[in-house]
Amino acid sequence: MHAGIIFLLVIIGSILFHIFTPWYWTDIASNWKGMDDTITLTFWVGGGVFVAVCLFMIYCVFRYQHKEDRRAEYKPEDKKLEKILTWATTLGVAALLAPGLIIWNQYVNVPKNAIEVDVMAWQWGWQYRLPGKDGKLGTTQVRNIADNNPFGINPDDPFGKDDIMVESDVINLENNRPVKILLRSVDVLHNWYVPQFRAKMDAVPGTVTFYWFEPNKVGEYEVLCAEYCGVGHYAMRGGVEVQDKADYEAWLGEQETFEQLSARYEKLNVDGNKLAKK
Amino acid sequence: MSDEYDNNKSYQAQSSEVMDGSTGSVNPDIDYVRPSEVGEQELYHPHSFIEKWVFCQDAKVIGVQYFLTAVFTGVVGLILSWLMRLQLGFPELAGFMTAEHYYQFVTMHGMIMVVYFLTALFLGGFGNYLIPLMVGARDMVFPYVNMLSFWMFFVAVAVLMASFFVPGGPTGAGWTLYPPQTILEGTPGAGMGILLMLISLSLFVIGFTMGGLNYMITILQARTRGMTLMRMPLTVWGIFTATVLAMLAFPALLVSAIMMTLDKVLQTSFFMPTILKAGEVLEYGGGSPILFQHLFWFFGHPEVYIVALPAFGIVSDLISVHARKNIFGYRMMVWAIVGIGALSFFVWAHHMYVSGMNPWFGFFFATTTLIIAVPTAMKVYNWILTLWRGNIRINVVMLWCLGFIVTFVNGGITGIFLGNVSVDVPLSDTYFVIAHFHMVMGIAPLMVIMGAVYHWFPLVAGKMLDEGLGKWHFWITFLGAYSIYFPMHYLGFIGVPRRYFEMYDSPYMTSAVGMNEFISIAAFIVGAAQFILILNIIKTLKTGKKAEQNPWKANSLEWYTSTVPPEHGNFGDRLPVVHRWPYDFSVPGAKEDYIPQTTAPSEVIHTEVEKT
Repeated sequence: MHAGIIFLLVIIGSILFHIFTPWYWTDIASNWKGMDDTITLTFWVGGGVFVAVCLFMIYCVFRYQHKEDRRAEYKPEDKKLEKILTWATTLGVAALLAPGLIIWNQYVNVPKNAIEVDVMAWQWGWQYRLPGKDGKLGTTQVRNIADNNPFGINPDDPFGKDDIMVESDVINLENNRPVKILLRSVDVLHNWYVPQFRAKMDAVPGTVTFYWFEPNKVGEYEVLCAEYCGVGHYAMRGGVEVQDKADYEAWLGEQETFEQLSARYEKLNVDGNKLAKK
Repeated sequence: MSDEYDNNKSYQAQSSEVMDGSTGSVNPDIDYVRPSEVGEQELYHPHSFIEKWVFCQDAKVIGVQYFLTAVFTGVVGLILSWLMRLQLGFPELAGFMTAEHYYQFVTMHGMIMVVYFLTALFLGGFGNYLIPLMVGARDMVFPYVNMLSFWMFFVAVAVLMASFFVPGGPTGAGWTLYPPQTILEGTPGAGMGILLMLISLSLFVIGFTMGGLNYMITILQARTRGMTLMRMPLTVWGIFTATVLAMLAFPALLVSAIMMTLDKVLQTSFFMPTILKAGEVLEYGGGSPILFQHLFWFFGHPEVYIVALPAFGIVSDLISVHARKNIFGYRMMVWAIVGIGALSFFVWAHHMYVSGMNPWFGFFFATTTLIIAVPTAMKVYNWILTLWRGNIRINVVMLWCLGFIVTFVNGGITGIFLGNVSVDVPLSDTYFVIAHFHMVMGIAPLMVIMGAVYHWFPLVAGKMLDEGLGKWHFWITFLGAYSIYFPMHYLGFIGVPRRYFEMYDSPYMTSAVGMNEFISIAAFIVGAAQFILILNIIKTLKTGKKAEQNPWKANSLEWYTSTVPPEHGNFGDRLPVVHRWPYDFSVPGAKEDYIPQTTAPSEVIHTEVEKT
């Protein structure tokens, strides 16, 4: 068979695969539709270039197949053509870059009304903390971490007392309310990633990183670790439950504050000591 | 080496002083080529088997040594990829494989293929063999250092392979070796494995520097008379620029390897912050894991072009020769190679958009990254414009070139997705990334390597590889590799993350199972198809057709050596004198459809040669 026909079939196959693929992105459940749209735009422009280049190549393979009695054209340069192609490409690239940068600008600027969620990662699991009534998270230090202080909150920090400690690897979020995810890690790199939200960022020990999104679909989602973090990486899962305001507030009311948690441990300790004395 | 050659030394020196009168020129003025300013290089000829084939100073032998060693590592990398695909596609058959094993295979596969296979093959293999021949030199300028370079590489490979056999096995930190996990319990091979990896990389860099100095200085200082920079084949331009990149980029890898070794051995904290492991605070504090990532990618991104630029150069030459047409826009091609090389130092953090670095970097690196798409696209246009109105031989070499164009454009386009910062956010760390970089820097350069092997084998071995086997090799490899990586992008869209030992039962991942089985089967077939080449080489060496001199009717100097295969010293009594670029194909009025670089203008005075 002629090589050109096989190449042609490959290109047609690629286009058909793209149209009929059952594998495509999951339904979006956050505000980052702009990312999906830029991907679609890039598919049109980039895919168009890919198909055009390949079809031109295939045309040449058919049209200019070697014949002993023919000579190729001799034309070392064509300044005009090269100039046109350079500018057309630059334009196309700029058209793709612009929406990318616009959305990135939104991504790095967190809305003022975003609620902070402190996500702490460790090998291999997740823990969550929310600010209490004062709306501020207490400062933390890795060295403070203990059973009675899983986040290492500084005991002297007044903002930390009312922080809400979520004792679960599932975090609840309020629908249609922007969330600023604060990421920290106590050991190695991790990445808190929910495919339906599109957004992600690494958790880096020694620093606090962040990103934001606004969930807009009530439901349960799976959290995946998206940065290789050692041998348990693939098993490092968590969950998110997006709820309406009423449900969310009911859930919030059931959670323990740092102060309550400390008191509970103190009591445990006292009881333990009593038990020991007996 | 024969004695006659040594005897000829005396008048080689003369030949560089007198004007080249042997061409029977009609008009000596237009044939004038500036005499060389320095005498000829004295070569050390081997006196024993060991000096000739083991500790050899002939760049051609060193090139073959590099090639074979790199291919050996490549086969190891291939087997590792089979094991990974077995786990991903058919975990029930991979009962022997633990998550530790899997991550070790992933890591070693990546590091081997990028550094020890592709880099060593292009620069050490093709660079050594082709540079002196193509620029018209007798050998590299520092043959002894060149020999050391290979043996340093050999030791680096030996150390790397030894890490498979130490307690704890090789490192399983991912080829990017990100700290802190790389040197901590919880990552496979965090003891001896990672140390040997870091030592091996350091040795590689040292060895590579020795070779790289040779490639650069030979190209700059040892070109034959008339071989101006703008008359060099694009292969040489590609290898040259890649070497410059490597000389600037590898030091970043070396220092990060040294710092990480110190973090591991002496508990320094270059990259290590305060860490809580198993309830205890480790004796680290204040280091920055992201600093390592900057250093690594300052090396790692140019590394992509260290592999890509030689491939760009070689494929340009192959397309031109086999389309019987001058490369379209030679000057543009040269400046594109140089421009891409320079720009490649300003894009590294596009690997780190979601690393936690200052997010404002994203604007800068997205812009630089997309700018690099412009010269790259120009190269693609010029390749297909070279085919346009050509006289294209659809032989095995050309098939590999066409396969390269398809896979490279495909991978280049997906690069625009990933480079465009906010588009990268949903796609980074997913299978989309794996598909992208395998297409663009795995399969595409491999296509060029294969094309180059079929193209230059007659020169190296004096025999023609079998075209029939070659076609099988090509079609299975191309169609198979394309069906591995093209659908894989779509797994990335679903959100399937990279480096997952097991997919589990995530609701949006179960549909990936069927695809993974298909990809694995394709991977087994493609891998096996590579042995067709080995079979072909064995068959050809035994019974293959003897190659005539310059079987492809090419113009560049490597086909105009005194003997085929070329012997030590390459060009016999006299070095060739160059009068033109290597792309004078199908010149109107010329008798043949090619004019060798050594043809004097007066000999083709009746033709319409435009560029010389």
